[in-house]
Amino acid sequence: MKFLRNLLDKPKGLFEKGGKLEKLYPFYEAGDTFLFTPGEVTEGCSHVRDGIDLKRTMITVVMALTPCILMALYNTGLQANLALAKIDPSLLVGWRYDVLAALGIGYDASSIVANMVHGALYFFPVFIVCNMVGGLWESLFAVVRKHEINEGFLVTGMLFPLILPANIPLWQVAVGISFGVVIGKEVFGGTGKNILNPALTARVFLFFAYPMQITGEIWVPVESALLATIDGYSGATALAVAAAPNGGLAAVQGLSDGYWMQAFLGFIPGSMGETSTLACLFGAGFLIMTGIGSWRIMLSTAIGMFVTSFAFNAMYNAGITTNPMFSLTPQWHFVLGSFAFATVFMATDPVSASMTTTGKWIYGFGIGCIGIIVRSANPAYPEGWMLAILFMNVFAPLIDYFVMTANIRRRTRKYELAQ
Amino acid sequence: MEYYINLFIMSAFVENMALAFFLGMCTFLAVSKKVDTAIGLGFAVIIVQAITIPVNNLLYQYILKEGALTWAGLPEADLSYLGLISYIGVIAAMVQILEMTLDKYFPKLYNALGIFLPLITVNCAILGGSLFMVQRDYNFTESVVYGFGSGFGWALAIAALAAIREKMKYSDVPVGLRGLGITFIVVGLMSIVFMAFSGIKLS
Repeated sequence: MKFLRNLLDKPKGLFEKGGKLEKLYPFYEAGDTFLFTPGEVTEGCSHVRDGIDLKRTMITVVMALTPCILMALYNTGLQANLALAKIDPSLLVGWRYDVLAALGIGYDASSIVANMVHGALYFFPVFIVCNMVGGLWESLFAVVRKHEINEGFLVTGMLFPLILPANIPLWQVAVGISFGVVIGKEVFGGTGKNILNPALTARVFLFFAYPMQITGEIWVPVESALLATIDGYSGATALAVAAAPNGGLAAVQGLSDGYWMQAFLGFIPGSMGETSTLACLFGAGFLIMTGIGSWRIMLSTAIGMFVTSFAFNAMYNAGITTNPMFSLTPQWHFVLGSFAFATVFMATDPVSASMTTTGKWIYGFGIGCIGIIVRSANPAYPEGWMLAILFMNVFAPLIDYFVMTANIRRRTRKYELAQ
Repeated sequence: MEYYINLFIMSAFVENMALAFFLGMCTFLAVSKKVDTAIGLGFAVIIVQAITIPVNNLLYQYILKEGALTWAGLPEADLSYLGLISYIGVIAAMVQILEMTLDKYFPKLYNALGIFLPLITVNCAILGGSLFMVQRDYNFTESVVYGFGSGFGWALAIAALAAIREKMKYSDVPVGLRGLGITFIVVGLMSIVFMAFSGIKLS
């Protein structure tokens, strides 16, 4: 420890103001505070001092994401291996299969190791590209604009790969994260100053710019060279199945026995990190326990989702059967798609969510309603949470404004009455 | 009834005047610095939209449309080429009448709206609303609903933008982008977000 500290202290002069490498101070600072607790404390005397700072907040989120990341590795591999089970391994062309063959790990979908390794071969390229390109932008802005490189980006760089499909081309990852970091965050001045969630901004940009690769229809775990000869490996997500003309609840239930449980545990096709509701619930528990994530937002989002989907379901049962999506009951909406992940990790983003307590309830409820409306009533998009959260991000400042003016008015009246 | 609710939702969200058609941009960008004024302007737009579109609808149905003058014994007449100038005239007159009425009977509201009432005479969202009404051949009831809906959508958008801009006081925008630059970016992002509703087809 002492050795590390000395190592860091020695070149400090170089990076400080007037030093030779003054411009590279953000890098030095990032390395230093990543390894050690920052030495600076608040000046002045009107502050409550606590061990929690931006860095610890963000690291907590990353820790809460761990179950989701593990599930992402496992499930991506599982889905790929399930798809590959029907073909001869010697036919496979692609670097992933070369690596797997070199390691001597087969394509056995029942083996945890094989699934994890195969999933890692999908997840880590995306993860690395995302963090390299996004980190490059982050540090570029940090150097030019002289702000810190902080863990805010770590969270964005962690969330973004998890909400991407496994087969996304890597250049799209790079383009998406560039848009998210630069337009979604850095033009506003960096972490804490943006208005929309950067990871979702990146995702929505990809969604509209390259709709072919990122809509819910496509999850192709096999290298594209094979697709010409073998078809039937593009698995539709459960939501796409439900939205199909003859879909609905029966079609989803018919996917396999006990499909609800599978969806809850996360062994279904979908974007890498968001399939498992259970893993998200672990994350939610951790975030609520540590006080980082707002339980109000999570709860009100769930309430909004339940109320809206229940209303749609009631409409379906009352005879409006034109839209098969309406037949899905709330408990299915709960486990399918990205509801859990979005609610726990995206909606609670403290920067872009509402700040006021009442505002948080309204904000969350709005996300729940709009998410279900987009998911069910909009045939153009199979999934709605990303857009619902961004939509409420846009309105969060307005909600806060109304809550605050109402509060001011209430207190003025109280004051007048007291006199 | 359901049809009119759908029309309202469609005109307010799916075809939002400001964020889907980019109409009324000049006032949208210029008067969105404070939430109070933005909401005032928003209300003015709702009122004017809800009055001018139905009035223009009557004008179109009974005077300008091809064959509309049958009641006057002129079944051949087609005055639709006079559309643009008539609508803008109606809008200007309506705004003027509204202003005088408010001044006389609701001075409080008049003072709150202030300069915005005359200003929105030249707001392209207002004229755009009338032209969409003609293009889609709405009947009178539809045009009332459409007027309310499109005005409401525009008001919602400008209020949200104003709240965002107030919040952005705490942002640290690069010098070159401060002011209008970042506002354009924000409006662009908002418009992406409003695409959430595009594709919703309401019967």
